Amino acid sequence: MTSTPLSRRGFLRGSAALAGAGALSTLAQPGFAAGENLTVGFIYVGPKDDFGYNQAHAEGAAAVKAIEGVTVVEEENVAETIDVQKSMESMINFDGATLLFPTSFGYFDPHILAIAPKYPELRFQHCGGLWQEGVHPENVGSYFGYIGMGQYLNGITAGHATKTKKIGFVAAKPIPQVLLNINSYLLGARSVDPTITCQVIFTGEWSLAVKEAEATNALADAGCDVVTCHVDGPKVVMETGAARGMYLNGYHADQSSLAPEMYLTGAEWNWASVYEDMVRTTMAGGTIDNFVRGGLAENFIKMSPLGPAVSDAARNQFEATAAAIRKGGFAAIAGPLKDNRGNVIATEGQAFEESDVALESMDYLVEGVVGSTS
Amino acid sequence: MALADQIAGGGARPGLMAPDGWLAALARRSEAVAVPLAALIAGLAVFGLFLASQGKSPAEFYALVYKAGFGTSFSWQNTLARAAPLLLAALCVALPARLGLVVIGGEGAIVLGGVACGALAGALSDLSGALAIPLMAAAGALAGALWIGAVGALRHYRGVNETIASLLMAYIAIALMNHLVEGPMRDPASLNKPSTAPLAEQLRIGNIPGWDVHWGLVIGILGCVLAWVLIERTTWGFAARVAGGNVRAAQVQGLPVGRLIVGFTALGGAFAGLAGVFEVAAVHGAANASLATGYGYTGILVAFLARHNPLAIIPVAILLAGFEASSGLVQRRMDLPDATVLVLQGFVFVAILVSEALYGRLRIFAPERWGNGK
Repeated sequence: MTSTPLSRRGFLRGSAALAGAGALSTLAQPGFAAGENLTVGFIYVGPKDDFGYNQAHAEGAAAVKAIEGVTVVEEENVAETIDVQKSMESMINFDGATLLFPTSFGYFDPHILAIAPKYPELRFQHCGGLWQEGVHPENVGSYFGYIGMGQYLNGITAGHATKTKKIGFVAAKPIPQVLLNINSYLLGARSVDPTITCQVIFTGEWSLAVKEAEATNALADAGCDVVTCHVDGPKVVMETGAARGMYLNGYHADQSSLAPEMYLTGAEWNWASVYEDMVRTTMAGGTIDNFVRGGLAENFIKMSPLGPAVSDAARNQFEATAAAIRKGGFAAIAGPLKDNRGNVIATEGQAFEESDVALESMDYLVEGVVGSTS
Repeated sequence: MALADQIAGGGARPGLMAPDGWLAALARRSEAVAVPLAALIAGLAVFGLFLASQGKSPAEFYALVYKAGFGTSFSWQNTLARAAPLLLAALCVALPARLGLVVIGGEGAIVLGGVACGALAGALSDLSGALAIPLMAAAGALAGALWIGAVGALRHYRGVNETIASLLMAYIAIALMNHLVEGPMRDPASLNKPSTAPLAEQLRIGNIPGWDVHWGLVIGILGCVLAWVLIERTTWGFAARVAGGNVRAAQVQGLPVGRLIVGFTALGGAFAGLAGVFEVAAVHGAANASLATGYGYTGILVAFLARHNPLAIIPVAILLAGFEASSGLVQRRMDLPDATVLVLQGFVFVAILVSEALYGRLRIFAPERWGNGK
């Protein structure tokens, strides 16, 4: 392992298949010498006060801003087109940014990959975890968090709160990251009561408020009394769900202020911790690893404080499970497990821990999820 | 159509055809330039007042817009790269407009043009670029032509309002794209961002040598020039202008109004389809949901500001692209929201629309006034 602070914290490294185990970047960074002021650029795909994906990153940027000697420049609502390429270059040319965080998943290929080779002395950090050694530029890094575990913990509070034994999930698209969250949410609830089912509705878009409201209402009509989501901005789902008397599990950021009485807890990104480390590493003249992952233990994700509707039994199970996840070796996707079409996913004794790459190509919904991936 | 008449009048050669001499001809011709220019300046001035009322300096704002849009060579490349799709998208509005049709669904043709390009690229991956790229471009243009041509046909043969039809068909096109990209045409390797298979390297359209701007800009400008020649210098264009002015009169004259309507809408759609081809082959390298980012809608603004004159589209598209290119710097330096540039565009748009009422009312442009200059 390297001697950078990131490594010392024991960040889980990329799998052999994805990044090459032990792949260390030894690239020098002439773009930044220790002791200078550092300009860091953040680019968001949506508004930075969306109570969701972008707000979570903007909270990270705000934490970085507080570090002495750091200037933060930000741009919101930047499309995953030539726009983001030009926004990156504009930050480089006009603001002197040397460390960039283009945060949307869709910024990576082809946009970051097109710009990074033109500025080999600068550093591009992308959220989503796609970097592969030998394939992608050395001055690009990717990072992501095991937020499925957060949805598992969400599911535990939902499992205790539900009276109808039906919980709901408003999802954007049936892609692996989303499917893992849906499955984890149900399995968390089923760890409380194995008869619980989870109905999922896909809206088809990352940000489409009308459909998100319709989906939440449809879930309430179908008898679901707890709801969570995986869309860019959970605000609409939370407010609609609360208005329909549903308990809420947040996602991406803390939405408790939207409906404090109904909010159980939420799976949040902890980008403040991650970005502070990355910026401090850069300022100390070190190099951020090209491929980093982390979960609850590594402070990549966190849970919203438990709300007033969480029972003592729920709190105990929640805290015990969170401790087990922090300790390591805990698997939400574990056998015996079938998908909702009857195919075997895992046999007795087989388990997929949070860092297992098999989870990154997930294409199924587990037994008990009402819905279809296509 | 009044617009067409004025532009046509502007085409008369001064000195030869204008009986009142060169001053009168100059007065008549300068009206078409001076009125929109004055409206633009008025729009910018009113927006400046708005900024001042919000406690922000208009001088700083316009200095930043100039710097980021037109002030450096990077700024120009940023602006021109953004202008490329707008040129083609605006033609999809401007061409049908000469027939009196208001088509606002160019977005659908862009999206389907891109999808057609992405679909064909897989089959052409063994061909050389010189052979395959024209085929992909033809496929994209054809898809766009069929889509918007259908709008024209519905209008002429079934009496369906073309404005509503084109707008609603854009939603259908986007839904179709999502279905194809996430279903039958999905590259299984595109896990978290569903896309078609990436284009083979030789099928990519590169940049104009020495510039960081793709060839779509050149094709867009060529398209505008060709459209201008078609409208102003051919009998087809003349027939279209007659039909746009008075359909009944055109029919009495025996002009093929149906074929004109379908032909002009299809041609506009073909240009928009080409914009989609460039997005896929020059920017994204695969067809995916990033195709639907609103170029078709910005194109409406460009075409109206250019008063549907294809040559005027070129400077207007560059101006609006420059505004958009400056959006990031304005956000970062003045702490203004990203919508600022949209508001600015809105002010300019309203000013230009209001200025329509001035044509023929300002004495200074009346040829009679300058008749003595003979």
